Amino acid sequence: MLWYVLRRLVYILPILFGVSLVCFSLLHLAPGDPMTAVMPEFGSEELIEQIKRSYGFDQPLPVQYFRWLLAVLSGDLGTSIVQDRPVWNELAPALVNTFQLAVFGVAISLVAGIGLGLLAGYTRRLVADRAITTTAIVGVSVPHYWVGLVLIAIFAVSLGWLPAMGKAPPSDAFGFDDVRYMILPAITLALIPTGIIARSVRATVIDVRKHEFVQTLHANGLPQRRIFLHVVKNASPTVLAIIGIQLGHLVGGSILVETVFAWPGTGYLLNNAIATRDLPLLQGTILVLATFFVLLNFLVDLAQPFLDPRMKRH
Amino acid sequence: MAESSMPSEKTNPPLLSVRGLTAAFRSEGMSLDAVNGVDFDLTLGKTLCLLGESGSGKTVTMRSLIRLLPPTARIGGRIELDGVDVQSLDDEHLRAIRGTKVSMIFQEPMTALDPVFTVGHQIAEVVVWHEGVSWSAGRKRALEMLDLVQVPSARRRLDSYSHELSGGLRQRAMIALALACRPKLLLADEPTTALDATVQIQILLLLRELQRELGMATIFVTHDLGVACEIADRVAVMYAGRFVETGEIGEVIKTPQHPYTIGLLRSTVHAGSEKGRLTPIPGAPPDLLNMPPGCAFAPRCSRAVGACSDHVPELAQVKPGREARCILVSETTPS
Repeated sequence: MLWYVLRRLVYILPILFGVSLVCFSLLHLAPGDPMTAVMPEFGSEELIEQIKRSYGFDQPLPVQYFRWLLAVLSGDLGTSIVQDRPVWNELAPALVNTFQLAVFGVAISLVAGIGLGLLAGYTRRLVADRAITTTAIVGVSVPHYWVGLVLIAIFAVSLGWLPAMGKAPPSDAFGFDDVRYMILPAITLALIPTGIIARSVRATVIDVRKHEFVQTLHANGLPQRRIFLHVVKNASPTVLAIIGIQLGHLVGGSILVETVFAWPGTGYLLNNAIATRDLPLLQGTILVLATFFVLLNFLVDLAQPFLDPRMKRH
Repeated sequence: MAESSMPSEKTNPPLLSVRGLTAAFRSEGMSLDAVNGVDFDLTLGKTLCLLGESGSGKTVTMRSLIRLLPPTARIGGRIELDGVDVQSLDDEHLRAIRGTKVSMIFQEPMTALDPVFTVGHQIAEVVVWHEGVSWSAGRKRALEMLDLVQVPSARRRLDSYSHELSGGLRQRAMIALALACRPKLLLADEPTTALDATVQIQILLLLRELQRELGMATIFVTHDLGVACEIADRVAVMYAGRFVETGEIGEVIKTPQHPYTIGLLRSTVHAGSEKGRLTPIPGAPPDLLNMPPGCAFAPRCSRAVGACSDHVPELAQVKPGREARCILVSETTPS
């Protein structure tokens, strides 16, 4: 088991290296010189050179990369060009907000996705299955920012039940008001993962139920509820892998959903960073989110052998 | 309808009595008749071998006995097991006899065991469910069962997963699972087909030994005449969903009556086979969706006459305990 963990760790190192390379290149691949934004408009050649030197831009790219990587590893994500504050100060509260929303969205998509998927898998080709499968396809296909707008139009504007946008004003304790602000964006955010999870649970359950061991369980007179446990445990590794990826997406936040609901999370932050060409902020945010995504999948990989003993061999 | 009768039946009431068993699969207006009227009795301690090619209906016949068929299947006829009318049981009572009065072992233990639960857990689960005992008692029984089927270092194997066992051990675990609640009837669906020849004979010997020890009745499905010779008391040769010949295994091999049985014996190597070349049966088994009129074997039969296509021949008694479904047999023997 220890070997398995170590091997998985070794696998993610090159992935993280790749992530850091891509994030670093962002600055240099973006059209225009990254310095244009901070340069005085009519600076002399000499002044420009001096500023470049002070930022380290006169060094060869590999040197710049390792300097940047060292800084990142010691927790310094750079300084936001627009706000002139450390990127981390901008990123931290946005991460907290996105996490709050993601936890809510995750809960909705897990409960709804797994529940509907199991129901569809057990009522294969019947009305319930067809209804769920169709809904799941629609849920995945309809643009979710549009669903967000429709939800706002119905529940915030027409009915006036829920707030249309933003986050509850800060208060001492996390309370009902905070939840009220999160309901609409969380539902919108959960839409696609719910559809994808429901479909993969359905497909996996149908596949597992065809296995011969299910016949053995029937032949031994076990009741449906016990056979259900066997089916669920057999289906869980496949489903978990898909859930892991979907959770990664949710935690990464959604630029569109957070923008529609003016939710001050990472997606909103990214949108602003792009709009204002705040490249260090963009770079830092993407790096943190991508790293998180990789780590989440690492955790999913670690959980797999506990569900499927055959994985320990590989 | 002719009924097979065994000499021992007069003293013991049969454990299992099957009359007019049919099984058909229906889908979208089509009906596929897999079993077309099967009758037999089986007493405790005896082994009946269902012998036939793929698609002859032997597996469906066996699975019908515990109604372990997909929902599209329609099972007809009467199945009486240990005084219980299996056809009339509701789901709950059917579950109660599965695993306890009757259980089943499958051809491929790799896929027939759940890959993500340990062997011990799977055996214990059945015991716990049927007998209402604790999990530790179930585990204890699982250990006894693995010992019974001669799994070496059984205590360690209790916590093994099926992929960690060899083919032979896996089939032993499967047998242990089937016998965990001491069934009176064991259904074995080609349990040795997926194994190496050397392992195959070990499993056959084990099954015979267990059957004697526990006094079970066994129905053994195989396409392998050699396996049938090894394990069976009686054999029923199946063709196109019907018994075409029944009798004591030794007699059927020595003096086969039905042309199909004769062809089968000439085309395989077995204990009673003569020296010389093997002769295959020409043609292929009939399409169950498009059955020939009369005797289903007639199109492949070298001795077929015009009357063969008139109607399906009855099972005719050759002598007590010995029957064949062929007009040539019924003509030559007065019944």
